[in-house]
Amino acid sequence: MEIPEKNSGRGGAILSKIATNDQHGENSEYFDGWKAYDKDPFHLSRNPHGIIQMGLAENQLCLDLIKDWIKNNPQASICTPEGAHQFSDIANFQDYHGLKEFRQAIANFMGKARGGRVTFDPDRVVMSGGATGANETIMFCLADPGDVFLIPSPYYAAFDRDLRWRTGVEIIPVHCSSSDNFKLTVEAVEWAYKKAQESNKKVKGLILTNPSNPLGTMLDKETLKNLTRFVTSNNIHLVVDEIYAATVFAGGNFVSVAEVVDEVDISEVNVDLIHIVYSLSKDMGLPGFRVGIIYSYNDSVVSCARKMSSFGLVSSQTQLMLASMLSDDRFVENFLMESSRRLGIRHGVFTSGLKKADITCLTSKAGLFAWMDLRHLLRDRDSFESEIELWHIIIDKVKLNVSPGSSFRCTEPGWFRVCFANMDDDTLHVALQRIQDFVSKNNNKLVEKASVHDQTIQNNNAKKQKWRQGNLRLSFRRLYEDGLSSPGIMSPHSPLLRA
Amino acid sequence: MDLLSRKATCNSHGQDSSYFLGWEEYEKNPYDVIKNPQGLIQMGLAENQLCFDLLESWLANNPDAANFKRDGQSIFRELALFQDYHGLSSFKNALADFMSENRGNRVSFDSNNLVLTAGATSANETLMFCLANPGDAFLLPTPYYPGFDRDLKWRTGVEIVPIQCSSTNGFRITKLALEEAYEQAKKLNLNVKGILITNPSNPLGTTTTQTELNILFDFISKNKNIHLVSDEIYSGTVFNSSEFISVMEIIKNNQLENTDVFNRVHIVYSLSKDLGLPGFRVGAIYSNNKDVISAATKMSSFGLVSSQTQYLLSALLSDKKFTKNYLRENQKRLKNRQRKLVSGLEAMGIGCLKSNAGLFCWVDMRHLLSSKTFEAEMELWKKIVYEVKLNISPGSSCHCEEPGWFRVCFANMSEETLNLALKRLKKFVDDGNSKRSCQNNENQRQKSSRKKTMSTVSNWVFRLSFQDREAEER
Repeated sequence: MEIPEKNSGRGGAILSKIATNDQHGENSEYFDGWKAYDKDPFHLSRNPHGIIQMGLAENQLCLDLIKDWIKNNPQASICTPEGAHQFSDIANFQDYHGLKEFRQAIANFMGKARGGRVTFDPDRVVMSGGATGANETIMFCLADPGDVFLIPSPYYAAFDRDLRWRTGVEIIPVHCSSSDNFKLTVEAVEWAYKKAQESNKKVKGLILTNPSNPLGTMLDKETLKNLTRFVTSNNIHLVVDEIYAATVFAGGNFVSVAEVVDEVDISEVNVDLIHIVYSLSKDMGLPGFRVGIIYSYNDSVVSCARKMSSFGLVSSQTQLMLASMLSDDRFVENFLMESSRRLGIRHGVFTSGLKKADITCLTSKAGLFAWMDLRHLLRDRDSFESEIELWHIIIDKVKLNVSPGSSFRCTEPGWFRVCFANMDDDTLHVALQRIQDFVSKNNNKLVEKASVHDQTIQNNNAKKQKWRQGNLRLSFRRLYEDGLSSPGIMSPHSPLLRA
Repeated sequence: MDLLSRKATCNSHGQDSSYFLGWEEYEKNPYDVIKNPQGLIQMGLAENQLCFDLLESWLANNPDAANFKRDGQSIFRELALFQDYHGLSSFKNALADFMSENRGNRVSFDSNNLVLTAGATSANETLMFCLANPGDAFLLPTPYYPGFDRDLKWRTGVEIVPIQCSSTNGFRITKLALEEAYEQAKKLNLNVKGILITNPSNPLGTTTTQTELNILFDFISKNKNIHLVSDEIYSGTVFNSSEFISVMEIIKNNQLENTDVFNRVHIVYSLSKDLGLPGFRVGAIYSNNKDVISAATKMSSFGLVSSQTQYLLSALLSDKKFTKNYLRENQKRLKNRQRKLVSGLEAMGIGCLKSNAGLFCWVDMRHLLSSKTFEAEMELWKKIVYEVKLNISPGSSCHCEEPGWFRVCFANMSEETLNLALKRLKKFVDDGNSKRSCQNNENQRQKSSRKKTMSTVSNWVFRLSFQDREAEER
């Protein structure tokens, strides 16, 4: 055999375009927070001054309920004496239809998570590798490279990767604004659609997350109905990612697109255009188990997605366990109720704690996070640069990892997503304490500073006005003068976003 | 405007192929020793069901792993939340060690060079996304696993160009065939990005020889933009591990670590065949190319392995006593089972390609064809499915260039079922022998139309690969 020449080249040029472009989004500066957290992670006893992770939209509030169920139901595991007789059949089972019991249990759970207002057909339940896999797969089914999907912003940052990276699909944001409480309107969608068409783009559909990440808000029934009418009249698809469906706090009203499909007149909605993405990662807090679901009313899409599910089936071991768990109606009903209750309480504690620091959040009744308004703390309300500066202060001085609005493509600087369900009560308390301490400390400092400044600028009324408004901004200017390093772009290597 | 994507509406997922149609027939009428003794016996499924007892007894003796416990403490919460695409390090370490053991510890694997994926299906697709652009081509020796048409081509837009292998030399890859395939790709204006082999081979059941590996490595040494992907999913099914040569051994033995070839050779692995755990969706990509590892790791987000499963298997594979015994026992049972099938077939005048691995035999039924055509192969296949009630895979579904070969699986059933299958087949052959004299007259008639058939046959293999392309060209 001939020995080839020695060569120290790494061979980067010989990979595909997809492998070598940046479309996976992981080189974004938004991973600075994660990197800082990884270096100095908070622990109540071992590292009480570390950074508290509030950038991770995980639901850790009800894992105890699930753990107890597993303990009490050994037959649901293929590894226990009670369940081992199923081992070989399950270990062997790779049918991409999935276990029938699993699909039925998922359909059952989805219905219950929507208060029993709709039922789901197990034969339309298709598996995928988490919602990550589901979102990519639905794009592969509905759009060709170069086609466009509209998406309301702010939106989950990883959509840039999930929807676009390997599919070649383009996404165009439909901007929502704070003046409207970031509400999505049909008019905004129509406008974005028209603009896209004018630029000769082929729009294949609209994709939205409801309840919203990062906002935590939900679409009202009328808007949802009008959106289904809009897509129908334009013959484009509507994909609704309902991954946060059961994170609605007690008292909140979630309307699933499935309910709308039931209620809207058949002449007004073409069900072949309606698709739901779901997962157990948020509602149940089981992201490790990789349970993603595509639910489509379009038979061809179900068929295609099912074939594609070969690329990301749910482990049969996991299917079996969940088939048993989610068909236990008593467990499911109690779980949903308890989860809703705990999330509501947690949200309440968090938002009222923020209020003490004069920080308000967008009113929301769902999600694992709050959409925090820190515009009054920006050095310059119109600049994203100052949002990033503020963000670095929060990481380095307040020692919290939160997510800046710009990472969600928000068009207005100053909004931050803060997660509250991925920690215990004590940690939440510490986080709130830090925020309150920081805000009050800097408020006191600048009361003195403000009066000094007032003397020096007595002649200038306009400026005086500005100082009063910019009270808190002064504190940050002070910090900048104290030699805070300016935000750099560090290349992250931390494992990908579970944002 | 088309409602769905082109991918959704074309059929390059390949599921209309006869390979899958046989399965559908089986689904309608599956054999069961008690409930349906006249049903179809599934011999088209390359599953390994011979060693479940070993796995079950391990589970019975290791309750901690079963119950989300480590040292008696519950780690349920940790696992429920674990979605790091780097994977559970204890699992990757155990998997890397297992892969070494499979190769008689002649090479060692670094867990940092491993990417976990949802089965080998996902691993193969992911590698295509990493190594090739839409419209690029990979060369594959025929016959090959029918699923590759979907896994390598469907969503990636990559093309497959066959390296034709023939029975004249035991279906070995030759330098000539490789060069011809390369030329063919050039003629079709396809940029060749790599070669993909399955070693041991599916459907042949043979390990790739030193000679073949030399040919392949020579080729990629000369052609510096070409990758070599070795799907070693059947590595643990080799009856005698010393007969298996992994591509990583070639690299080590020839000290290729400091050459650019080092960055262009990649392995795909899975626990679906060796351990018989296809339901758990455990696949892996192994590469020394850091850029490939980096890109593939990110892509694995689309199909991670369930943390619950990673945890169970990390405990299982870390038990070295278990793995050593398992590998040895697995090989023994597979070898015995293969022998039973081979001798059973021999007794009815049916030969097989001499094989030393795999969960199947590559069976020579050319002498049972009414004519040397793929139509006759289909005819024979249908008889075997509908009359003999055995689902086996016709060679054409594996893109074999010669009609008359069939892949017959032997490890997915009990010994009794295998005996019954052989009995049924023997009856069919014996009946056929008596009918054969009548058929000689038929053959004379068909001889004149044979020439025409042969030219359509040579297009057949390409048509299966290029179905999609032709549609676009129209």
